[in-house]
Amino acid sequence: METLERILAQHPFLKNLEQKYVQLLVGCAVNVRFEAGSFIFREGEDANRFYILRAGRVAVEIHNGGREAITIETLGEGDVLGWSWLVPPYKCHADAQAVELTRAIALDGKCIRDKCQSDPSLGYELMMRIVPLITHQLQATQLQLMDVYGVKK
Amino acid sequence: MLPVPYRILRNNRETHDVFTLDAEPADGSGIPPYAPGQFNMLYVFGKGDSAISISGDPEKKQPLRHTIRRAGVVTTALERLRRGDTIGVRGPFGAPWPVTEAQGKDVLLLAGGIGLAPLRPALYHLLAHRGQYGKIALLYGARAPEDLLYVSELEQWRGRFDLQVFVTVDTAKRGWMGEVGVVTKLIARASFDPENAVAMICGPEIMMRFSVLELQQNKMRPETIFLTMERNMKCAVGFCGHCQYGPHFICRDGPVFRCDRVQSFLGKREV
Repeated sequence: METLERILAQHPFLKNLEQKYVQLLVGCAVNVRFEAGSFIFREGEDANRFYILRAGRVAVEIHNGGREAITIETLGEGDVLGWSWLVPPYKCHADAQAVELTRAIALDGKCIRDKCQSDPSLGYELMMRIVPLITHQLQATQLQLMDVYGVKK
Repeated sequence: MLPVPYRILRNNRETHDVFTLDAEPADGSGIPPYAPGQFNMLYVFGKGDSAISISGDPEKKQPLRHTIRRAGVVTTALERLRRGDTIGVRGPFGAPWPVTEAQGKDVLLLAGGIGLAPLRPALYHLLAHRGQYGKIALLYGARAPEDLLYVSELEQWRGRFDLQVFVTVDTAKRGWMGEVGVVTKLIARASFDPENAVAMICGPEIMMRFSVLELQQNKMRPETIFLTMERNMKCAVGFCGHCQYGPHFICRDGPVFRCDRVQSFLGKREV
């Protein structure tokens, strides 16, 4: 049977993370699954958790009042969902809906923040993994905003 | 070189602003052979001409096929053509995709938007000579699900065990079951050996620039990455200078370029 420690250690997000840190994270982790169509979190909710995705597909959606929600990104195996747990006021900024049956490891944001506070080297290791994700997302958003496939005007 | 009259056989709607024209020589002769990635100058008499990449199967003798996006006077006139109408065709021109150099290697095809059209002949060639190549992956990004080209063909390609197909769109409404995100994100999903692979990229310049960066982060060398550049092509034989791109004329030296030969110009506001 696969242990949480092993699953976490093998996930691309935590690849090559020292075992002692993985063991620290295990204390904040829980195995979760979401049926297709269920919401993992909704905009405005407390961002208590983030998710290390193992299988399935999640749509990150934003909505504008009464208009239909728009999917701005999909995430799947090997991806990480959510970083609002890291930044005050720790509120979700989008909806996340499972498009298909999704399995993940949920990590308790406050638990991890506390562990990073008491062991800054863990915080540094996590930041070195999270910042590239945010950078990639920022670049992707820039490309999406540019509407690169539109006709030149 | 004078335009040869071609008769329109079919005008097939692909998306709200993209259509595919099938044509054959009006005199009943065969279409000249062409290589994947080459283009023709299409003339709408009384309107003008436009450089359009060939999107058909180079192994098939008929028809001559171009997939075109409505973007100006000529392409709007092309969109209005119906069966039996006549256009002028001059070509084929330009440097093709390196399908011969890619033999024995993995091949990545990265297409953005209408960029799938010039890459489709390369994919036809790769599939027709499947045994000569390693892993093949098609990574395709479009603006939205309704902007995807060749949807039924994409489904057929997805069904093949010897071809990886990944499709993404920039945004989608709820209910879209596919991927959402930029096309560069798909590179991580493809299985290939970066040290023995060739990448062929066609799409908007900024998409190609980011794709090159991502491929290089995945340890691909610029000499193994090929791009197709787009500029205002007029004479198509390197005389008029309209399509000059640094030291190159895109119509004559391109449109397909090895990345290391044009990389220094990518991202510059004006070349």
